[in-house]
Amino acid sequence: MRYVDEFRDPEKARNLLKEITGLSARLQSGKARPLQIMEVCGGHTHAIFRYGIETMLPDEIELVHGPGCPVCVLPMGRVDDCVTLTEIPGLIFTTFGDAMRVPGSKKSLLQARSEGADVRMVYSPLDSLRIAQENPDREVVFFALGFETTMPSTAMTVLRAEAEGITNFSLFCNHITIIPTVKAILDSPELELDGFLGPGHVSMVIGNAPYDFIAGQYRKPIVVAGFEPLDILHALWMVLKQLDEGRSEVENQYARVVPKDGNPVALDAIGKVFELREFFEWRGLGSIDHSGVRMRRPYEKYDAETKFAIRSTRIADPKSCQCGEVLKGVIKPWECKVFGTACTPETPLGALMVSSEGACAAYYQFGDVEKIHARRAEVKAVEPMMARTRS
Amino acid sequence: MTVVQLTPASSAPRRQLGRIHVPNVTMAHGGGGKAMRDLIDDVFVAAFDNPALSTMEDQARFRLAELTAHGDRLAMTTDSYVIHPIRFPGGDIGKLAVCGTINDLAVGGARPLYLSCAVIIEEGLDVDTLREIAGSMARTAAAAGVSIVTGDTKVVDRGACDKLFINTTGIGVIREGIELGVGRVRPDDVIMVNGLLGDHGAAILNARGDMALSTPLESDCAALHGLIGTLLAAAPGTRFLRDATRGGIATVLNEIAEASQVGILIHEERTPLRDEVRGFCEILGLDPLYLANEGKIVCAVPPDQAEAALAAMRNHPLGRDSAIIGHATDGRPGRVVMHTVFGGRRIVDMLVGEQLPRIC
Ligand code: SF4
Repeated sequence: MRYVDEFRDPEKARNLLKEITGLSARLQSGKARPLQIMEVCGGHTHAIFRYGIETMLPDEIELVHGPGCPVCVLPMGRVDDCVTLTEIPGLIFTTFGDAMRVPGSKKSLLQARSEGADVRMVYSPLDSLRIAQENPDREVVFFALGFETTMPSTAMTVLRAEAEGITNFSLFCNHITIIPTVKAILDSPELELDGFLGPGHVSMVIGNAPYDFIAGQYRKPIVVAGFEPLDILHALWMVLKQLDEGRSEVENQYARVVPKDGNPVALDAIGKVFELREFFEWRGLGSIDHSGVRMRRPYEKYDAETKFAIRSTRIADPKSCQCGEVLKGVIKPWECKVFGTACTPETPLGALMVSSEGACAAYYQFGDVEKIHARRAEVKAVEPMMARTRS
Repeated sequence: MTVVQLTPASSAPRRQLGRIHVPNVTMAHGGGGKAMRDLIDDVFVAAFDNPALSTMEDQARFRLAELTAHGDRLAMTTDSYVIHPIRFPGGDIGKLAVCGTINDLAVGGARPLYLSCAVIIEEGLDVDTLREIAGSMARTAAAAGVSIVTGDTKVVDRGACDKLFINTTGIGVIREGIELGVGRVRPDDVIMVNGLLGDHGAAILNARGDMALSTPLESDCAALHGLIGTLLAAAPGTRFLRDATRGGIATVLNEIAEASQVGILIHEERTPLRDEVRGFCEILGLDPLYLANEGKIVCAVPPDQAEAALAAMRNHPLGRDSAIIGHATDGRPGRVVMHTVFGGRRIVDMLVGEQLPRIC
C-alpha cells in the first residue's frame, strides 16, 4: 500500500497546483472562457470527484467529463434487449454490478431480478463461464460491456469456452472502442476543448499510437494519465505545459503501467474474437461509425444476439434528458434541466446518473453543492441576457 | 459488570431434554410435534441453558424490581439477520444476531439484559451447523452477560429461505441521567469512531468467494456495551451514539447531520482503515465509508469531554484504534463533507441502494 500513498502526497499536490495555477492564468488570460480539458475516461471522472480534485483547481481550468463510462453511454434499447434476454425461460443473465441499475424503457435489470428473473452479479466474465459449467442444462449469458479495458478478458473467456467445449455460454456484446468516439467528439461543432487526459486503462491495452491523430490532425495535446490523484494533477500540468509551449503531442504520464505499444497478447485475443460493427448507437451521442464491436463469424455460436435472435429496438431517450450535451462537455451536469429534480441517483432518467463514474451521479454525490447553486444562479442571470442578444 | 441472575417465575423442576437423531432438519421439525420439541431441546435449550427457557412456557417473565434496580427506562429493539454466507471469518450469523441486538440496545445507553431468538430454518440444513450456531449465540450471550430467555422455531421448504434466518429481540435498562439522541449534536461536538472501519463488509464480500482475492479479512463483529459503558462513564455528556452497520459510517454521519441540522466535517487521513480494506475497496471500486461494520460505533461528544472519551475508548480492548475523525460545524447544515487525504474536498452523501462494484 506504500505504493499508493506515494501518489496521494498532499505536499507534492500543492507544488503541482502552484505550477498549474501559474500556467493556467497565463494561458487563459484575455480569454472569455476557462481552459477546457476533457478526461475521456470514467475512471478519471470518479477519481476526480473521489479526491475532490475539482475543488482544488483554479477557476481558469474546467474539467469536462467525457464519454468514458461504458455504463453511461449504453443506449436504452440495449438495456431493453437485456431484459428481453432475462425473460427467456431458464436463462441465467450475468452482469457487472453497476449495469444493474441502468434504466431501460420499462425497467432495469435490478427490477427484472426483483420480478423473478435470474440475474446474477459477477466480477469477471470468467465467473460467468464458471456458472455455465456448473449449470450445464441452462443457458448463461454474460452482458459484455466496456472499452478496450474489459474487451481482452471477454475475448479470452470466449476462447476458453471454445477450448473447453462449453456450449451453454454466450456474450451479449456491447463492447465499444474509444478512438472513433474521441474522433466524433472532436468533430462535434459545439466543442471548444483545449486538451485531453487520455484513458490509462485503455492505453494499457492499445498503447499510445492510436492517439496520434488527436495531436497531429486536431492539434490538441493529449496526456495518458494514471488514476491516482497525483497522476491526474501531473497529467493536467503536462497538458498545460504543452499548450504553453505551443506543442500538441501524445505524452505518457502513466509509463509505469502503459507500454508504448500496448499489450500484444490482449490485442491478439481481441483481434481474434471481435470485429468492428458498421455503427453502434451511444446514449446521448447517437450512432457513431465503427465505434462498437461484434463477434467474428467463427465465434457466432457464443453471440447471444444471434443465438437468441435479439432484435435491437431503438428507443429515443426521454426528451428532457441532456446526457448527450453533458457527455460532449457542452453543458455541465448541473446545467441539465432535470439534474437533481426529476433525475437523481434514486430515479435516474439518464445513465449518467447511474454509475458512480457518470458525471451527473458524481456531481450529485461528491459535488460541491454550494458551488453548483452559485453557478446555477449565474447561469440563470446570464440566460435572459443571452436570449436578448440572440433575438 | 455483574451478570444478571434471572429468577424464573416458575420453579418447576428441570425436565429431561429431548434428542434429535437425524443429520438434517426436515419439515417434520417444524410440525409442532415431538420432532420439533426434540430439535428445540437438543439444539437451543441445551445451548442457551437457563431456567426461564427450559421451563418451556410461552413467555419469559421478569421481576420488575430486578429491572428497576438497573435504571429508570426500558429499552427494546428487534432485528432480523439474513446473511450470506452464514459463517464468515470472524463470526457467524448467530454471533451477529446476538451482538447486533446487544449493540442496538447499548447505543441507546441501555444495559442489555434479555434476548429472544426466533429462527427460520430452511429444510435440509444440517443439524450440526445449527448446533454450532446456537452454541456461538450462547457463548456470545454469556460473555456479554445477557440471557436468551425465549424463542421460536420455524422450518420452511427448501428454497423458501437461505439456510437460516435469525431474529433477535432485546430488552435492556437505561440508567437515570443518560440522554442520547441523534438530534442532540451541536456545532463543535467531536466525532469519534472506536476503530478500523469496513472490516465486516469487506470480509463478507470476500467470503462470498466471488472475488477470488486472498486477503486475511475478518469481521469486526463484537458486543459493544462494555466499551460504551466505559465511554459514558468517562464522557457523561456524550450526545449521540450509533453502531455503523449497513450503510457504514457515511450513513450514520448523514443521519446526524440531518437530524441535528449541523454540518459535519471529517478528515480522510484520520479515518482509521486497514490497508487490506483500502486495497480491497480500491480493486472493486467501493467506498469504505459505506462498508458495513458490526463492532464499530460513531459517537458525538462535546469538545470538553473529547479527550477523556478518546482515552477511555483507547483503554478498552474494543477501542484500541479509536480516533477523532472530525467535528460538527454550523455551516452547511445537513451536509457531510470530507477533506480528502489529498487536500481536496468532497461531499459524503447518503448511498442510494446497495453499493455496486464498478466495471473497471
Ligand atoms: S441530469 Fe440526468 S438527464 Fe440530465 S444529463 Fe444528467 S443523467 Fe442525463
